[in-house]
Amino acid sequence: MNDEAATGIRSEVEAIYRTESRRVLATLIRLLGDFDIAEEALHDAFIAAVEQWPTEGVPANARAWLVSTGRFKAIDKLRRRAKYDVPLDDVAEPADERGDPALLADREGVEDDRLRLVFTCCHPAIAPDAQVALTLREVCGLTTEAIARAYLATPATIAQRIVRAKNKIREARIPYEVPGRTELPQRLESVLRVVYLVFNEGYLASSGDSLTRHDLSLEAIRLGRLLVELLPESEVVGLLALMLLHESRRATRTSPTGEIVLLADQDRTQWDRAQIDDAVRLIEGALAAGPVGRYTLQAAIASIHARAPSAEATEWGRIVGFYDLMLRADPSPVVALNRAVAVAMRDGPAAGLAIVDDLLADGELDEYYLAHSARADLCRRLDRPAEAVKSYRRALELTQQPSEQRFLRGRIAEMEK
Amino acid sequence: MKYLVLIHLDEAMLEAMPEKEMSALNDRHLELNEALLKSGHFIEAEALQPAATTAIVRVRNDKVGVTDGPFAETKEQVAGFYFIEARDLNEAIQVASRLPSAPLGTVEVRPCRNLIVDGTPRPASSKSK
Repeated sequence: MNDEAATGIRSEVEAIYRTESRRVLATLIRLLGDFDIAEEALHDAFIAAVEQWPTEGVPANARAWLVSTGRFKAIDKLRRRAKYDVPLDDVAEPADERGDPALLADREGVEDDRLRLVFTCCHPAIAPDAQVALTLREVCGLTTEAIARAYLATPATIAQRIVRAKNKIREARIPYEVPGRTELPQRLESVLRVVYLVFNEGYLASSGDSLTRHDLSLEAIRLGRLLVELLPESEVVGLLALMLLHESRRATRTSPTGEIVLLADQDRTQWDRAQIDDAVRLIEGALAAGPVGRYTLQAAIASIHARAPSAEATEWGRIVGFYDLMLRADPSPVVALNRAVAVAMRDGPAAGLAIVDDLLADGELDEYYLAHSARADLCRRLDRPAEAVKSYRRALELTQQPSEQRFLRGRIAEMEK
Repeated sequence: MKYLVLIHLDEAMLEAMPEKEMSALNDRHLELNEALLKSGHFIEAEALQPAATTAIVRVRNDKVGVTDGPFAETKEQVAGFYFIEARDLNEAIQVASRLPSAPLGTVEVRPCRNLIVDGTPRPASSKSK
């Protein structure tokens, strides 16, 4: 074979690695019963592909070939190791010795394995930060270095988190399975929380390399799409829609110098219409499917904003209605605060301020800077600058985020002019 | 796989519980024990005397020192335990969440490990042969 053909095969292997490696890994974990052994098997399978495919050609079903090659290599290694080394306990034994290798990687089975992998990585018995790191590493295939960059941690810290999580999976015997009907709602909540955490890490945090952070958000959206494909429950769809709607505004939420631009002041012509349309279609499905949960409701609210031509011409009444539903499902002072802001837009700042003052009187929001900055904003609109400044100052005391602090200082300066 | 299920309860809350309620709670535990025996999960279970009855034993330099305990002044103390057999952690969690005293405190689910001697893992229990 000439060099050109060999290079062609190499780039084909690389392409297959990108599209298939996570699927192959997910199936290998099921077949081999251990994360580390499966990762080694995946690695060995791709080495074999690079060696054999140039002469033998790319197999018709590359995924099945990779699964059965990886599995074979791992079992071979385990047997050799067992001869000379520590006897393996039953967890590390090949969990599944039966079956035709081609069937081991059939489409349905493979997709089930991906879902098993997500649920295992997001098991609530694993520490929350380790759930995130493990999901990014195993499900999304990010390197430890990339995860470390995104979370401003050292690669050693992230690696340690992942190792601890894998040890826990092995030692506590966390099963590789999609939970049954009765546990599904609670376990799904944990999965959705991880996905949304990953997204928000890439969307909200102002520190860190912004490019890497954007990757995190895109990764979360990719995960969201995968989950919708595998498990199209209403809240799964709702979360994907919510992330798409946030993402559609990414370019407009900060100024070129990194200052915060409020929703009302964002350039709506720059919002990504394709993402918004996609999200709106998803929300309609999620609302119809039910039961409607908090992600779907948040997405529904975000979609009303996304379709409004301006802040003034927003359907604030419908937004208040969705907040009412949210409060009923999940009463929280933060949701009540957001509802108050929507009421202020619908009925005027005085109506909003009355609600915010009641909420602050309850005391639960006293340390929450957004409550004070919302109060300040309502006072500003009511032309009560002294009160506005007092609340802006309180908000300033409570936030550590530099961009938020600059925004609040700017408002105070404006009021004191 | 074997799991130790530790039930942590606030002893002040237990003491204050009316006798009738306590009796109903205990009865439900005994019922669950029967069910767990039938389903093959049950190995052992005991309820413990209050933490104030504890003796702490320390052996240092071949000397046995005994003091009262417990050391940790936490609100909840171990009030009882189950020793169960479960397929995996999820099954153990399912069993733990069925305990009648679970809503009153916290339940800790701990997997057991083998003892490794000369590189060979051996069950710590002399019964499990």
